[in-house]
Amino acid sequence: MSNFWSAWIIVFTLPVLIGCALLLKWNLSNHIGVAEDETTGHEADGISEINNPLPRWWTYMFILTLVWSVFYLAAYPGLGQWKGLFGWTSSNQGIKSLEESRLAVEQNRAAGKMVELDREMAHADEVYGPVFQQFAKRDVLDLAYDDEAIKIGQRLFLQNCALCHGSDARGQQGFPNLTDNDWLYGGTADKIKETLLYGRKAAMPAWIDALGEQGVKEMTAYVLSLSGRVVNDREADAGKAKFAMCAACHGADGKGSLAHNLPFGAPNLTDNIWLYGGSAKAVEEILTKGRNGEMPAFQKTLGEDKVHILTAYVYRLAHPDKATSQ
Amino acid sequence: MSHTTSLNVDYNYSIVRLFTLTTVFWGIIGMTVGVLIAAQLYWPALNFDTPWLTYSRLRPLHTSAVIFAFGTSALFATSYYVVQRTSQVRLFAEKLALFTFWGWQAVIVSAVITLPMGLTSTKEYAELEWPIDILILLVWVSYAIVFFGTLAKRKVSHIYVANWFFGGFILTVAALHVVNSMAIPISAFKSYSIYAGAVDAMIQWWYGHNAVGFLLTAGFLGMMYYFVPKQAGRPVYSYRLSIVHFWALIALYIWAGPHHLHYTALPDWTQSLGMVMSVVLFVPSWGGMINGIMTLSGAWHKLKTDPILRFLIVSLSFYGMSTFEGPMMAIKSVNALSHYTDWTVGHVHSGALGWVAMISIGAIYHLIPVLYKQGRMYSISLINTHFWLHTIGVVLYIVAMWISGITQGMMWRAVNTDGTLTYSFVQSLEASKPFYLMRFIGGVFVVVGMLLMAYNVYKTVRAKDESLQPVPVAA
Repeated sequence: MSNFWSAWIIVFTLPVLIGCALLLKWNLSNHIGVAEDETTGHEADGISEINNPLPRWWTYMFILTLVWSVFYLAAYPGLGQWKGLFGWTSSNQGIKSLEESRLAVEQNRAAGKMVELDREMAHADEVYGPVFQQFAKRDVLDLAYDDEAIKIGQRLFLQNCALCHGSDARGQQGFPNLTDNDWLYGGTADKIKETLLYGRKAAMPAWIDALGEQGVKEMTAYVLSLSGRVVNDREADAGKAKFAMCAACHGADGKGSLAHNLPFGAPNLTDNIWLYGGSAKAVEEILTKGRNGEMPAFQKTLGEDKVHILTAYVYRLAHPDKATSQ
Repeated sequence: MSHTTSLNVDYNYSIVRLFTLTTVFWGIIGMTVGVLIAAQLYWPALNFDTPWLTYSRLRPLHTSAVIFAFGTSALFATSYYVVQRTSQVRLFAEKLALFTFWGWQAVIVSAVITLPMGLTSTKEYAELEWPIDILILLVWVSYAIVFFGTLAKRKVSHIYVANWFFGGFILTVAALHVVNSMAIPISAFKSYSIYAGAVDAMIQWWYGHNAVGFLLTAGFLGMMYYFVPKQAGRPVYSYRLSIVHFWALIALYIWAGPHHLHYTALPDWTQSLGMVMSVVLFVPSWGGMINGIMTLSGAWHKLKTDPILRFLIVSLSFYGMSTFEGPMMAIKSVNALSHYTDWTVGHVHSGALGWVAMISIGAIYHLIPVLYKQGRMYSISLINTHFWLHTIGVVLYIVAMWISGITQGMMWRAVNTDGTLTYSFVQSLEASKPFYLMRFIGGVFVVVGMLLMAYNVYKTVRAKDESLQPVPVAA
């Protein structure tokens, strides 16, 4: 903020408070021209006004709030560039970009200066960090059946994951069900953790240019037939003839990339589990326009220790019973 | 009751009648839409999967209908009435006054059509798109010409306090509307604000809070300063108090907007300054309440027999409560709990239903007999029933929102020993659910009261001239 704008703010704010104080003071004594408790002499449509003094308790309240306002504006930022006697700031004021903000935070930390947010984050790390460090030392499969860890994991899930995957983790259109043990990128503890830490980006291309409208229809028939649906055989056969273009990701048998140890996240097309809906219309739409599913990375937002517990929780969702795990 | 001093001035009551009747009509519409969206929050299926019936489109319709159709029509009616009678002169530029009526109705009808269609500038309480904004400006400038023109040709030397407040409200709302609505149109129905980022947010809430401060507070204080002393038949308590609280109120209110943006990207200095001004504002706000309620000194017994006076005085109690609550919620540490919760919704409604609606209803019950040459309303006991329905409805509403809001605030900030949040958002929603039902019931009470009022007004308007005689007041 330049000196000019700082002065501008002060010139407009202080006179308001000072003006209120002067107005109050002026009216504490009688300048109306008639004695107190008399009417003012002017009448409006039969309504007259009494020249009563200001109520005392109200006057005191006014003085009190005005005095308080002066102290508050001295203590905290408010009057333009004035930083306040406590030097308090809620954040890095005046930062223009995210990079600039991160850099400023680093510099301030190095110099031992912290703003409110940093202080709160540092305090939280100090208080709660050890809780998570304890859990981070233990194996995911062990934590998955530890009540305490699962309670924490569930809260983390509800706060961070439920928005897309639902409170019950059964997903919704475009967001996988996490309870059915049907995985796109792998359901081992390591794979789940990898997904959580680094995120995933799926890329189903649009095939309308290559296949044409009739081709999309035929391919849809074939894809639906893979999970045993009744389709037009002639169309399905025509689709099958072109399935090689899909096989690179979904496998020649259509069982998906995971079944062939490939990292594409291409779903199994034979199991009647549909990420974007299993109607002919939904499949046609995917073939026509493609899909780009994205799972965000949580390494930065949550940190490794919290992701560790979350991994255990997600693992447990698919393996509710300890005996069936592994 | 009302002593009509005959001064042989032929006042223009026809414009006042038009605005008074539309106030009742739009009040019922706006509050009914409010009840519908309150019901949708409890029974979400009530949007029938129809885009224009969804909460998101009806909510701006509810707020616009209640603030601009109901509230502002009431202000038009009472300001045109009060400025004539306290200036002892007929309205200035009567054709222009008639334009303000039809122009304003056109604005409201446009809102009723465009908001459910999803046409919105996205600015809260200023959702209407740019062509309607221009019409609003034309009406408002005409309003100012009529009001100040009448004041200029007044037959008395002194400008009565009610007109200070009406005048302040008219001037400031014009400035707020123009500055906040500045936008670049890209088509007949879509425009983009010329402001961006934190500046846009600040301008929006400078407008938003002063719509509350000048329209819903200053404007209705103008109404209060005429109808309370008139209905009570008592002089205004303190002329000096009205001077101090008028100037302090308008000087401080204009700074209060930033308290809507605590803990956001708004610079620290703006947030603190907004908070300081909001807290000091508490005292001048109460000045109006004191002056209104103390005007009743020596006439308290009238509350027993006069339900109209009861509407006016209880409205002042709600006014006092919300103007204490508001500055408190503007304090940053209180705001950290209350912001984004139902508490804010409750606060707004104790102001809107408790203060604005009750003072307007009281004023209309006072006005209708005068405007239609009757000694009293058709049924005094129906006014009394309306009073109780409305009061119970408002109390149910705000108590429900207090409990729900504070519960939400507490749940959102609850932290486990491991630092994770104790509750997910949907859990706080579940906790609020019973109170959404309670709020809906409160709203139904209010609307039923308004329907009684409509019936009572209809019977009074249709009654033969001077057939309704005032009830003799027991000495």
